[in-house]
Amino acid sequence: MEEHSKPHISIRAEKIFHILGFDVTNSLFLSFFVFLIFAIGALIYHHQSQSENKGKFYYLVNFIIKNLYNLFYSVLREKTDYFFPLLSSFFLFILFQNWFGLLPGVGSVLIKVKEHNELISVPLFRANTADLNTTLALAVISVFLSQVFAIKFLGLKAYINKFYRLKDPMSFFIGTLEIVSEISKMVSFAFRLFGNIFAGEVLLVIIAFLIPVLASFPFLILEVFVGFIQALVFSMLTTVFISVAIAKHH
Amino acid sequence: MTTEAAKFFATALTIAIGVLGPAIGIGMIGSKAVEALGRNPEAESAIRTTMILAIAFAEAVAIYALVVALIIKFV
Repeated sequence: MEEHSKPHISIRAEKIFHILGFDVTNSLFLSFFVFLIFAIGALIYHHQSQSENKGKFYYLVNFIIKNLYNLFYSVLREKTDYFFPLLSSFFLFILFQNWFGLLPGVGSVLIKVKEHNELISVPLFRANTADLNTTLALAVISVFLSQVFAIKFLGLKAYINKFYRLKDPMSFFIGTLEIVSEISKMVSFAFRLFGNIFAGEVLLVIIAFLIPVLASFPFLILEVFVGFIQALVFSMLTTVFISVAIAKHH
Repeated sequence: MTTEAAKFFATALTIAIGVLGPAIGIGMIGSKAVEALGRNPEAESAIRTTMILAIAFAEAVAIYALVVALIIKFV
């Protein structure tokens, strides 16, 4: 098969330009736009919440946030208020990053980039969550924060007692396994999100490559659904892990 | 066997064996959810949410296999 007839699939995000010696990849570039839209949306919401006549946007955001709150409330109960900002930002951030990766033009608009003295064309945009760096960062934040909250809510002594207890020699073996399982949580978080979104991208590319007209439409709808479900799964899992971490051990 | 052929075999076997477990798992989750629905139809929304979450976890395992297969194929 000739090189140019293959669909363009790359596991890693490609560099598109440099700022002050830092490489800017196409997934980071798209996430800047998501940040921007997020910030503008937050400002509009804040502005409307202060003013007398509130617009439709205000009620829409309120509706979404209320439903999210009820969802987390079903797990965390009276501690929901404390964790809600973190969990809802996880949900909304991942949701928007997933959905922006499905917009037309993402992955299909190419630019020419010089790499190893060779001019290659790479996509200008790429879904941010289809980049393992992003998902790993989110996973590290999630697991690390659940440890921090455990120390904060239980105290350092009780936290260490969750893993190792002097009275119980077996716990030295089990506690080590627990620590390994905390690390494997990070890996599974990162690969679940990355794998789902990246697999969706590959699926859309391959289907569009096999049947160019209309056939990828149902898969696009499926990917919108998968993006929502993965955002939900990530934030719900974080919720459950936090609620397990801050529970008293007995 | 050439390296290229071994790569194709590895890709196909990774995804073929890797989706066996999740397929059985998702089937079981679906059947149990329908059973629960039949027994307790008014709990539909709760059952649906739990079912979709559980399916997403089972599916994640298949996704790991898919990622490995893609890495073998394209890297």
